[in-house]
Amino acid sequence: MSEILLEARNLQIRFGGVIAADNVSLTIERGKNMAIIGPNGAGKTTFLNICTGWLKPAKGTVLFEGRDVTSLAPRRIVRLGVARAFQIPQLFTEHTALENLLISVSARERLRHPLQDMHTIRQRGEMLHLLDMVGCADVADRPVVELSEGQRKLIDIAVALALKPKLLLMDEPTSGVASSEKFKIMEILVKALAEAKVTSVFVEHDMGIVSRYADEVAVWAAGNVQMRGSPEEILQHPDVIRDVIGEAV
Amino acid sequence: MNLTIFLLALFDGIAYAALVFSVAVGLTLIFGVMRILNVAHGSLYAVGAYLTVSLTGYILALGFAPVLAFPMMIVSAVLVGVLIGGPIEWLLLRRIYNKPEVLQLLVTFAVFMILEDVQRLVWGTQPYFQASALQAMGMIRVFGVNYTVYQLIILPLVALVLLVGLRFFLRHTILGKLILATTEDREAAQSIGIDADKVFLLTFIVGAALAGLGGALASPTTSILPGMGADMIVLSFAVVATAGLGQIEGAAFTALLIGLGRSFAVYVWPETAVLVPYLIMLIVLLVRPEGLFGSPTARKI
Amino acid sequence: MTVRLAIPALILLAVAAIPFAAPSLQLLMNLALAKGIAVVGVTVLLRAGQVSFGHALFFAIAAYAAAFLSASMPGADLVLVLVVAVAGAAISGVLVGLFVVRYRGIFFGMLNLAFSMIFWSILEKFYHYTGGADGIRLPRPTVFGMALERGPFELIMFYLSLALVILLGWFTVRWFASPSGQLFQTIKTNETRLQYLGVSPQRALLTGYVLSAALCGVGGVIMGIVQGVVTPEFAWWIRSGEMVFIAVLGGAGSVAGAFVGAAIYEIVRTYASAFAGDIWQMLLGGFLLVIVIFAPKGVIGIYDATLARLTGTRANDGETRK
Repeated sequence: MSEILLEARNLQIRFGGVIAADNVSLTIERGKNMAIIGPNGAGKTTFLNICTGWLKPAKGTVLFEGRDVTSLAPRRIVRLGVARAFQIPQLFTEHTALENLLISVSARERLRHPLQDMHTIRQRGEMLHLLDMVGCADVADRPVVELSEGQRKLIDIAVALALKPKLLLMDEPTSGVASSEKFKIMEILVKALAEAKVTSVFVEHDMGIVSRYADEVAVWAAGNVQMRGSPEEILQHPDVIRDVIGEAV
Repeated sequence: MNLTIFLLALFDGIAYAALVFSVAVGLTLIFGVMRILNVAHGSLYAVGAYLTVSLTGYILALGFAPVLAFPMMIVSAVLVGVLIGGPIEWLLLRRIYNKPEVLQLLVTFAVFMILEDVQRLVWGTQPYFQASALQAMGMIRVFGVNYTVYQLIILPLVALVLLVGLRFFLRHTILGKLILATTEDREAAQSIGIDADKVFLLTFIVGAALAGLGGALASPTTSILPGMGADMIVLSFAVVATAGLGQIEGAAFTALLIGLGRSFAVYVWPETAVLVPYLIMLIVLLVRPEGLFGSPTARKI
Repeated sequence: MTVRLAIPALILLAVAAIPFAAPSLQLLMNLALAKGIAVVGVTVLLRAGQVSFGHALFFAIAAYAAAFLSASMPGADLVLVLVVAVAGAAISGVLVGLFVVRYRGIFFGMLNLAFSMIFWSILEKFYHYTGGADGIRLPRPTVFGMALERGPFELIMFYLSLALVILLGWFTVRWFASPSGQLFQTIKTNETRLQYLGVSPQRALLTGYVLSAALCGVGGVIMGIVQGVVTPEFAWWIRSGEMVFIAVLGGAGSVAGAFVGAAIYEIVRTYASAFAGDIWQMLLGGFLLVIVIFAPKGVIGIYDATLARLTGTRANDGETRK
């Protein structure tokens, strides 16, 4: 029943003298929400960069649905069903929230008609629904630069979800968001992911969020996965409390 | 191709490379420090040439020795740097450091258009010749080939002095280190008390003076006429882009590459001589988009 | 809203009346229309945040293609000449585009300049084929098989140009709003996201680049036919600079601005050259500085702001850019 969606095998990469990935191997199962935790500089973002083709590892392979995607460009990997949300939202800053989603779905559907107004495409309703799902329906027509950091994060995730991915990788979805809003955002998000049947991996520093929303946790340190398991066992582990949680507090 | 022609092409290429380098090095210095591509750099080169011709003509008319053409070159270069370069940075560029790259390009392009007409207004459209400096140095015979001392020895020597001097200045003097620090991180430099405005002004004046010097050096070897600035900006861009923007030593190498490529083309297939520099640039950029010596910059996400 | 549309409609009607109301302006206005179409090409690229200092290349390629065709096929039909010329510009757009779309900003602008300089020097040096600096004649094409006299032919060219202005202007505005046009414009704001939507930024930029090359080609071939001669000056950097200037003058990124800018430019140039011919580039450069630094939205931006003040509403942001 546990089908492997993404598998990283023996990934290695270094920047100058710093080893950012030291023989990393990890499997991600379909339908799960996996949290990645660990101190800054442990190589968490590097791992996401390798999985999405932004960085090429010196050694090792990434398999998505059994297919080797290590050497593919990010856009090819995206086409296979891997979407990504960023630590700093990557949005089209001269467009509104809704337009950001419409552009995303236009890319997904490869819409080419040169005379059709993007606002009249068939998928507009679907995008409005998606905006509603992430709780941003009221700001649909506002330029994204006017929105709060939290709203932009949600729209960044919605832009990724608009691609109907099989796997969504999120880099600190709740960082930069007021702590009172964090749980609200994750609540919305996990519901949206479940509704769209999307597997997710998210890098997270807030252990409250991890224990509540992750099905599985992988602990990163010094460029490698040190441990993985259920949130209960990982968050109780003395090493994790000392090295990871201690630092986060 | 016999030995004589080979040597002629070789000497032509070296002399030409030395000239192009002295112009290109100013362009790449300004870009390296200020992240601005000064499209008006070619005009500064042209003004440097015109100014040298006029000043040299003036002192010769007063009865001074032709050797005094050389100090006039330096005077012209300094005038170009201080009187034209200074105001450009101070009045215009200072307003646009935080603007999009396209706007910065448009501003220096506008300056370029203005300076092209300034040249025409001041010096007219008739070509000028002033080869006193070239003649004053006489000829030299190398392997049976006669060549001017000015082009074969003086020009490469000046280029070499510029290269070594600039390297030394940037790495081993306080002022040079201040410039490098500002290049690395402008805000950090300001926070430790470096006046970034002054550093930028100084850099631009030096870069502009180098363009003027290039023009001054070129003036005895060619006829000075409108349009030479436009050719030079594209050519020196080709040199610095092939090397990688901001690469000073690299620019010396690619200037030589492009200079030799061009001079051999002159003897082999003259019609293509103007194309060779661009072909070299296009081929290099196809293989290495960041230039021969540049390093690719990955965006942090 | 009605005022916004009524004024452009009135201007178009006024232009359409020129051959009868003010025949002395006909040729001038026809050149302005041709230039305006070419400027739309530059405007397209500005929408992606890119500026090309070498788009006169496509202007010249189309004009020379028309001249070569007319030379090898005397009495070729106008439609055929137009189609071949624009196809020539578009194909060159693909070839040059495949190279330059890998670059942005400075490199994009300067590499385009380099390509146009290469073409210019080919035109000058290989004079056996190109006529060198004197250029080559572009004899009047036939129109649907009829060899026309100068008067009627110029009238046809004028209205054909006006029709193309409306058609191509309309098409470009619609394309900007279409999914493919919107993807193209995101090059300006976030290429990282574009890649993570599964789109190749290079491909997206190439689409717009070819469109811009074709538009410049349309402008170039009309200019060549109307003038009856094509010269290397068509590809000269000053002409590229002029296109960029007009695009920025009209309103960077605005299609209507391209035409308004071209008309203003041609009229001012014609009357100013009498007493300011020597300092024309200087005036342009000075004006460009003033616009870039003080009114980056150009004439269209000023028009929107004025209308907004008159009607008391917010300016429509659809056409103007930040």
